[in-house]
Amino acid sequence: MIEIVQNIIFKNGLIFAFLCVGVLMLLAFWTSKYILKNHIPGVAIAIIVALILAFFGDKKGLGDVKIFSGLSLLGGSMFRDFAVVATAMNADLIKIKAAGVAGFISLIVGVSFSFFIGAIIAFFFGYNDILSVTTIGAGACTYIVGPITGYALGASSEVIAISIATGVIKTICITIMTPLLAKKIGLNNSHSAMVFGGLMGTTSGVAAGLAATDVKLVPYGAMVATFYTGLGCLLCPTLFYIIMNYFFV
Amino acid sequence: MKIYGVALLAGCFLLGKLTGYLLGTLINIDGDMGGVGFAMIYLIAANVFMEKNKLQRKQTKNGVLFWGAMYIPIVIAMAATQNVKAAWNGGWIAVLVGVLVSILGYLLVPLISQIGKKTDKLEF
Repeated sequence: MIEIVQNIIFKNGLIFAFLCVGVLMLLAFWTSKYILKNHIPGVAIAIIVALILAFFGDKKGLGDVKIFSGLSLLGGSMFRDFAVVATAMNADLIKIKAAGVAGFISLIVGVSFSFFIGAIIAFFFGYNDILSVTTIGAGACTYIVGPITGYALGASSEVIAISIATGVIKTICITIMTPLLAKKIGLNNSHSAMVFGGLMGTTSGVAAGLAATDVKLVPYGAMVATFYTGLGCLLCPTLFYIIMNYFFV
Repeated sequence: MKIYGVALLAGCFLLGKLTGYLLGTLINIDGDMGGVGFAMIYLIAANVFMEKNKLQRKQTKNGVLFWGAMYIPIVIAMAATQNVKAAWNGGWIAVLVGVLVSILGYLLVPLISQIGKKTDKLEF
C-alpha cells in the first residue's frame, strides 16, 4: 500500500508539490490569524517554515528528499520567472513612469554599494587576491551575480561557494526583515517599492519580502529588481574588476 | 478564452528571455541580462495596446492573473528548495556581508525614495 502511494507521488511530483505548498500556506495563514493575531503575515510564516524545512535536504533543500522533488520544479527558475512576469499585468504604467528616475538611480547605487561593501569585508577577512575579493563583492549583489562573475574571472570554487552563500543570506535576510521594517522605511507605495527593488536587487528576496508586506507592491519591486542581476553581471566582471585593479597594484 | 492570456504571457516571457540573452551575447556574458524585466515591459505594452484597441477580454486577462496569483506559492516552494546548508556553512563572511548589505539597503530606501517623488503621494 505504502509502495503504491509512494509510486503515485514519485510519478506526479509537481502535483504533489501543489498539494504540499497549499497545505503549508493553509497552516501558515491559520497560525498568523488565530495564534499570532496577524502580527506576522501568513506569507512570511510560510516562507520561514519553508526555509527551515530546506535543512532536511542538501543542495536543493527539501527538493533532495525524493518525495518532495516536485518542489524543485515548482520553485525552479522557469515557473518563478513566468509567475513574476504575470504580476506585471497589475502594474500601473503611470506609477512606473513616475518612479523611473529614482528606480534607475537606486539600481546603480544598489549594485555599487553592495559590491564595494562585500569587497571591503572580504579584504578584511584576509582575502587579498583580486579574484576572491571581486567574486565575494559580486556575491553581495545576488547569488547569481557572484558565480557568474567568479566563473568569468576564474576564481576558486571555494570562493564561488562563499559568493553564492552571501547572496542566499542576503535573500533570506530581506525576506524576513522586509515585513518587519516596511513601515519604518516608508515602504507602502509603488514608488518606494521600486526604489527598494533597485537597492536590494535579489529578485526572490525582494518579491518574497514585498509579498509578505503587501502583495500589491510585488510587481513594482520585482520589475526593477530583475534588472539588478543583469546590471550586476554587466558591471562586476568588467568596470568594477578594473576599478579593483587599481587597489591591488 | 483563458488560454489566450496564458499564451500571451508565454509569448512575452520567451521574447523577453530572447532579448535578455541577445543583450548578454552583445556584451560577451553567457547569460540572461534582465530578460524577466523585458518580458514584463512587453506584457505591460501588450496590455496597454489591447486596452486602447478594446481587444481586452476578461477571460484573457484571467489567464494571466492566475499565474500572477501563483507567485506566492511558487516563492514558498523556492524557499523550501534553497541550499540553506551551504549558506550556513559559508562561514561568517557570508553572514556578515549578507546581513550588512541588507541593513544598509534598508537605510538607503527612504533616502533615494525622495528622488522624483511628487508632492501628491503615489499611494494606493
